[in-house]
Amino acid sequence: METIEQIRDRLVARFPAARVELVTNPGPAAEHSLLLDAAHAHDLAVFLRDDPALRLDYCSNVTGVDWPDKEITDVTKTTVPDPAGGQPKIVEQKTTRLQPGCLEVVYHLYSMALKHGPVIIRLRTANRSDQVTLPSLTPVWRACDFQEREVYDLYGIVFSRHPDLRRILMWDEFKDHPMRKDYVEPDDYEWEPTAHGAVAEKHKAHLPPPAATPEAKP
Amino acid sequence: MSCSDQTGLDAELLAFGRQSGPTVRAVHDQFHGDLLEVSMGPQHPSTHGVFRMVATLDGEQIVKLKPVFGYLHRNHEKIAENTTYLGSMPYTDRLDYLCSMTTNWAYALAVEKLSGQAVPDRAQYLRIIMGELTRLVNHSCLVGFLFNDLGTSFTPLLYAFREREKILDLFESLSGSRMMCNYQRFGGCRVDPSPAWLAAARALVDNFPRFLDEYERMLTGNEIMLARTQGVGRLDPAHAVNAGLTGPVLRASGVDYDIRKVDGYGFYPRFDFRVPLGAHGDTYDRYMMRILEMRESVKILQQAFKDLPAGPIMDPKAKIRGFRPKPGEAYGRIEGPKGELGFYLISDGSPNPYRYRVRPPSLINLTLLEEMCLGHTIADSVVILGSIDIVLGEVDR
Repeated sequence: METIEQIRDRLVARFPAARVELVTNPGPAAEHSLLLDAAHAHDLAVFLRDDPALRLDYCSNVTGVDWPDKEITDVTKTTVPDPAGGQPKIVEQKTTRLQPGCLEVVYHLYSMALKHGPVIIRLRTANRSDQVTLPSLTPVWRACDFQEREVYDLYGIVFSRHPDLRRILMWDEFKDHPMRKDYVEPDDYEWEPTAHGAVAEKHKAHLPPPAATPEAKP
Repeated sequence: MSCSDQTGLDAELLAFGRQSGPTVRAVHDQFHGDLLEVSMGPQHPSTHGVFRMVATLDGEQIVKLKPVFGYLHRNHEKIAENTTYLGSMPYTDRLDYLCSMTTNWAYALAVEKLSGQAVPDRAQYLRIIMGELTRLVNHSCLVGFLFNDLGTSFTPLLYAFREREKILDLFESLSGSRMMCNYQRFGGCRVDPSPAWLAAARALVDNFPRFLDEYERMLTGNEIMLARTQGVGRLDPAHAVNAGLTGPVLRASGVDYDIRKVDGYGFYPRFDFRVPLGAHGDTYDRYMMRILEMRESVKILQQAFKDLPAGPIMDPKAKIRGFRPKPGEAYGRIEGPKGELGFYLISDGSPNPYRYRVRPPSLINLTLLEEMCLGHTIADSVVILGSIDIVLGEVDR
């Protein structure tokens, strides 16, 4: 099979408008992946499936990954000469910047016809709150059907052009997306006859506010 | 019932039952043309667990069928992301609770790929022995359950359970538990079997073809079985590949894809075995796949017992405490008894996985359940579901 760089070069040559980046994997598995442009993802996926040298006809695994906003601290060192003529001082200046988070979908593609793989492709949303729509690849590989529904259910990525985008594991009335890293689990399901410790603390939040206590008599 | 054309009705009644196909099709009543929605499950013995099918019926024919999942959902992936790598090994037993050995193996394989861990030879052989014994357990039980769905109340299943108990006794004496074995570790296995255990396992495997012959003599040529399964739930190979079906369900449609051969993980390339393929993709072929795969598993097991080397069962460099794989990601997959079982892991260098994903074969094999059931009756949909082989612990996670 071609290397991932060759596949990327061919994709860029075939679709000059699409942005295709190589995401390297530093681990021992060294399974590198391609980050695809969401706007062209459908065309790129059809190319990967139908290209005679690749024929990635089997989409094995579809999964979501949550990358929350990350605070990154940059340290810049500046050398300040000592006006008294001594050793120059090194002043460290720390600046923090916010790396915006995103939601990511990862597809593992194999070829059943040519028996090679995997080619891993990724799609990323613009942010984690309001721009969470990505094109669905279910029209290309039917195998994504349930798995994209699961990603929608657990991560909240909305797949446009998915034929039947409903919650799959959680119930329909459920509001949140439990696999996100900042998900806070509800605390009203625990019940103990004599609540104590952490459960009692959680329980207090659901009690009505205490009535004004009468002032102690002098 | 309001029917003015009396002679037409008589003709219909005379013809009634003479054509093949579903017989109870409401034609001459005021409900003609109405569709009936039947919610089958989640508390139904033939859905193999808490699984629900919402079937829309026209007369007796299924015109639409939507599977509903999630009744057993406990967010296994989130739990595993909040514990250490080794901490979720016992929990993988509960995914596919009939085949804990292979689920352990898939997870161990993915973590070994993530951390670059080597596995000694004896452990590789032991994994193959456990994996193939699990395949015997799963397939023989599946055939029993399939016949339960066909209406033979429990006799074939109990024949299968008789053999399964012998294998589970072996698992229990080795790992301490019949079904929740928790046997594999990153870089090897947990317990080394004694020579007595190996001799007992070898005797069991040598006797297994006799059970298979008996089982097949009882079941394969059965007239009701042939009538109920041949041509039912046909699946063509192009659809099956596109829908990501794997395992015996895919191979029954004639697609030659067995991860033991394609990836050659473990020591499978050293073994001589064949991959059975079906020709029709119907329920009968899916049944035969299981029988033929069991015969191949027996061949693999006999070779494994013959060649089992001596040596350590754990890599001495394997790190048990403070196990922190380097940042990176890996997708490890094996040919489980139900299909491709994969684990996708992302490490950020901490003791817990940053992302832990199970690729459940049972869930994805259900993608084409509707297409397979369309035009058949509810009774046939039960048999089709039985031939797909699902375990709800894995579907819902």
